[in-house]
Amino acid sequence: MDEEYDVIVLGTGLTECILSGLLSVEGKKVLHMDRNDYYGGDSASLNLTQLYRKFRPDQSPPAELGRDRDYAVDLIPKFIIASGELTKILVHTDVTRYLEFKQIAGSFVYRDGRISKVPSTEMEAVKSPLMGLFEKRRAKKFFEFLQNWKDDDPVTHQGVDLDKNSMKEVYEKFGLEPGTQDFIGHAMALYLDDDYITKPARNAYERIVLYTSSMARYGKSPYIYPLYGLGELPQSFARLSAIYGGTYMLDKKIDEIVTDGEGKFIGVRSGDETVKAKQVIGDPSYFGAGKTADGGKLRVVEDGKVVRAICLLKHPIPGTDDSDSVQIIIPQNQVNRRNDIYIAMVSSTHNVCAKDVYVAIVSTIVETQHPEQEIAPGLQLLGPIYDKFVSTTPLYTPVGSGEADNIFITRSYDATSHFETVVEEVQDVWKRVVGKDLVLKKREVAVEA
Amino acid sequence: MSKQFQFKLVLLGESAVGKSSLVLRFVKDQFDDYRESTIGAAFLTQTVTLEDQTTVKFEIWDTAGQERYKSLAPMYYRNANCAVVVYDITQTTSLEKARTWIRELQRQADPSIVIALCGNKSDLSARRQVTQEEAKKYAEEEGLMWGETSAKSGEGVSDIFTAIAKKLPQTAAPPKAGGAARSGAAASRAGVDLNKQSNALGGQNEPCNC
Repeated sequence: MDEEYDVIVLGTGLTECILSGLLSVEGKKVLHMDRNDYYGGDSASLNLTQLYRKFRPDQSPPAELGRDRDYAVDLIPKFIIASGELTKILVHTDVTRYLEFKQIAGSFVYRDGRISKVPSTEMEAVKSPLMGLFEKRRAKKFFEFLQNWKDDDPVTHQGVDLDKNSMKEVYEKFGLEPGTQDFIGHAMALYLDDDYITKPARNAYERIVLYTSSMARYGKSPYIYPLYGLGELPQSFARLSAIYGGTYMLDKKIDEIVTDGEGKFIGVRSGDETVKAKQVIGDPSYFGAGKTADGGKLRVVEDGKVVRAICLLKHPIPGTDDSDSVQIIIPQNQVNRRNDIYIAMVSSTHNVCAKDVYVAIVSTIVETQHPEQEIAPGLQLLGPIYDKFVSTTPLYTPVGSGEADNIFITRSYDATSHFETVVEEVQDVWKRVVGKDLVLKKREVAVEA
Repeated sequence: MSKQFQFKLVLLGESAVGKSSLVLRFVKDQFDDYRESTIGAAFLTQTVTLEDQTTVKFEIWDTAGQERYKSLAPMYYRNANCAVVVYDITQTTSLEKARTWIRELQRQADPSIVIALCGNKSDLSARRQVTQEEAKKYAEEEGLMWGETSAKSGEGVSDIFTAIAKKLPQTAAPPKAGGAARSGAAASRAGVDLNKQSNALGGQNEPCNC
């Protein structure tokens, strides 16, 4: 502990582990610590003992759930978009060699009291029960328009300017009904609310293209998922970091962020040892998490809350063709809310629980004083729930950029159903820490005999 | 027809007992006196051919130093078919540490894992602190394989890996394709390969210019 490091990283969540791995590859001397005795922080996957210890400290897991070691229950519900940014980082850093992925079997959307598969191409749109005959024709024209769009070919623009016209105007041009707009905007473009409608259509266009190209990549859904749970992701990047010289310390108490008279970072104190570094990166829980800490300085503030219910089921979700894994989106309009409700379900196919158990997480952004009631429309779709662990988590965001005091704090994991914003966060923190844009270099091939 | 098998092998043991040196000798038949703590190469493979022409490919995971502060991830033990737990015959404490790792393996790893206890630095037998009898007795009690090696001279190195190769169950062939030797090979359970470009992208679904 008496050495000096370039960067100390606090917390082993996915954001921190990707940064740690990339910084080590870049040649930085990294010390990575976590107060827990497991990897993953808020993005960990827990076994049954850890799950009960976290939510029900006075109760041990029921024997009928099976072996502890068969479980890896995610704390945050997210899937990987097959053609998205996280996939690029996984491939470029070559951590895919530590991981194995499977598809998520289906992507569904809630409409008028029932769920249907999300149509993602004009072909599927034609067959979808979500639309009447005439609406199908309109939707087909809309999808053809998006799929044929070429920036440099005005003929394909049909008079639309993606940077000027709003998405509302595009919907209106094709005469799409509100219900169709709901599934396009929420189940394909994956917007959490309706704010996008009045903004330029470019972003929505890009999101829909990402969805359809991801869908086309493996066929069943646009999502993939790592065997043994999302907690494998931080572990694989931690291993990358260690291979490039990063030092790991789990189960390490972090007592103080030591700063100089001007508030600049000096080091991290654990017990009576202080380890020094030029910079520190960490998740909000190490920096007061909304409370004033470290000499009255407020470093992170609360920016909304997310409610998540981890539900253990003994059956697949009704109406999903017994899929072993699904995403279900309940667009806000359908249940008179401002934010969508998400359901993410995985099962033993992904080696995250015992056979015949299904783990579904229902989540949304909190809008009222009664968060659990807000997710009721999601819980109702699950059928009988064997057990349920509900938590309301504040989302923290840092007050400062870190450039002045060398203290770089990451954001909490948001309510989106995928990792695109996590990668944006990695790129953003990287730029502030290193002073230049993150450019992914292919990792050099390790010695192979 | 010769059969081929692939297994995941993990290394464990106290820092500086010679885990990486042992692998370097086994994989590349090299030795480096002043080897730094493991950096950069933590994923090696080596193939052993048995007398009946069966080939056993080891996919070898080094700790990358994560054992130092009790920070080995569950991923490390996951689906390991065999483990080599190394101690230094000139350091009694390193055998104590090896016992701790073996308990950890018995707790975390698959019950069918084949474990070999390996006393390294046999070239320094003049400074021996751990007798062969003591180590062997412990190995027998715990049902482990045992051997002494010198990564420096090469003595005993291929012997211990060959012995492991013979002991591994040659009933089911774990998948050979990338990543760890994980799930069964049944086609319905096959995962997706991120490194492979999709061929489903051509044409209609790919309007962007990226």
